[in-house]
Amino acid sequence: MSVEAMYQEIILDHYRAKHHAGLRDPYGAQVTHVNPTCGDEVMLRVALDGDTVTDVSYEGVGCSISQASTSVMSDLVIGRTVPQALELHERFTEMMHSRGEVEPDEEHLEDAIAFIGVAKFPARVKCALLGWSAFKDAAVQALAGETTKEF
Amino acid sequence: MSYDVELIRSDFPILERRVGDYPLAYLDSANTSQKPQVVIDAMVDHYERHNANVARAMHVLGAEASAAFEGGREKVGAFIGANRAQEVVFTKNASEALNLAAHTLGATLRPGDEVVISVMEHHSNIVPWQLLCARTGATLRWFDITAEGRLDLAKAASGNLINANTKIVSIGWVSNVLGTVNPIAEIAAQAHAVGAVMVVDGAQAVPQLTTSVADSGADLVAFTGHKMVGPTGIGALWGRYDLLAALPPFLGGGEMIEIVKMTGSTFAPPPARFEAGTPPIAQAVGLGAAADYLHELGMADVAAHERTITEYALKSLGQVDGLRILGTTEIGPEGRGGAVSFTLATVDGLDIHPHDVMTFLDSRGVAVRGGHHCARPLHERLGITASTRASFYLYTVEREIDQLIEALDYTRNFFGRAA
Repeated sequence: MSVEAMYQEIILDHYRAKHHAGLRDPYGAQVTHVNPTCGDEVMLRVALDGDTVTDVSYEGVGCSISQASTSVMSDLVIGRTVPQALELHERFTEMMHSRGEVEPDEEHLEDAIAFIGVAKFPARVKCALLGWSAFKDAAVQALAGETTKEF
Repeated sequence: MSYDVELIRSDFPILERRVGDYPLAYLDSANTSQKPQVVIDAMVDHYERHNANVARAMHVLGAEASAAFEGGREKVGAFIGANRAQEVVFTKNASEALNLAAHTLGATLRPGDEVVISVMEHHSNIVPWQLLCARTGATLRWFDITAEGRLDLAKAASGNLINANTKIVSIGWVSNVLGTVNPIAEIAAQAHAVGAVMVVDGAQAVPQLTTSVADSGADLVAFTGHKMVGPTGIGALWGRYDLLAALPPFLGGGEMIEIVKMTGSTFAPPPARFEAGTPPIAQAVGLGAAADYLHELGMADVAAHERTITEYALKSLGQVDGLRILGTTEIGPEGRGGAVSFTLATVDGLDIHPHDVMTFLDSRGVAVRGGHHCARPLHERLGITASTRASFYLYTVEREIDQLIEALDYTRNFFGRAA
């Protein structure tokens, strides 16, 4: 696996022009996640309507892998229910921990399969997971908030 | 004898390694240095023939191990220009040495007292002082930097940074990011004028400069073994003996005591007072061998080589389009450390993140560091989140710099391909 193959065109495209970037209102929960060893940071907000993700907005600093992965993730989860989005998180995490040895699940992960190459570089796996982990944290918090609202 | 860098390289087995299809270009020596065969051999020989605990083991091996351990202390003390070996306290690294300084010096701090550091410090010379100030109610203040990456002495003077309330000043001798050599003696004089203690983080200085701690103006100097061709697991705090003798213990345990009773204990004189438990014995032997090795090369020649190779790197990096060097791009009269940090952008101005740069360089055999280099406040002050750092040492050669430049050009073109 060459380093060039890890940096697929789609990753560079998302790095150049991040989708859904910027922090927006309203939101149900906001979290900040960091990779202390490398200094990558993301502040991320999730807005829900019932259990449907209506918006993911974020501001972050970091490498092309972490930035592009957050961008691709936001494309994938917006419009889905929280359980569906968390299932995608599971699938993506599993792919990233596969050392690149699984057939990527294009049906579910769509553009996110571009990160399969990153799974071959253990030092960079956490970069690809940063935005996804922040989303999971915020989505769970936001969902808890929605539930409280109903009662 | 002239400085023969190729001959010196043959002392370091790891430098023969290849990474994939490329020869290794190890440009991360500010992170940790590589080790010559004599250091590796000294530690192996110690474990094979002389291993025992020190001080408390009374048998032949114990005596040999104790002599070897204290021999390491003597070599290190002589290497840094200490007045006596007992001024060298072994720790596990420079961070522990700075924590030792903060804990012991800070034992008497009170609200209203001030501790002065700088914005260019490594986290290990920031966080222990933050923790100390949080414990005692003392105030942490710091030097800013100028546009050239030097300490802003004028701003400090006009802002009365070092004043009658200042109890401790702790400054890095050589910046691990910018390579700036700070005017330690001048700042020490200011500290001493108000009765403050001068602590120096020498982690990047002791490996590269001819060091005379006794003449530096500092009261305490922290440094580490693994950056000066020695092993990991050992560092040191040098201190003026009268100051060390006045300080309370740091960690409690075996070997740091005089008499222990259930109602209280009395403590050993320095350096034992600060070395609780079984110390890093083989590491002290290795560090002693490292000090011998550097002494035989001659630190004046090591420093001259560092200057030559850093000059070559600054010139070469200065010719890479889209590359911006942090801090000073010239070697001033005060000298410059062998660490050069920079940012890189594509032809259309896209910042290539240091981790991406590092990954690409690594794939072409070039080992550098990308990130904030444990100096996040400095990067924030410079308005960036991270940088790429190439750092050089006594074995670095021009062809490694050339390999770096080629890899940087390649990286820049790769990320600029969509532009």
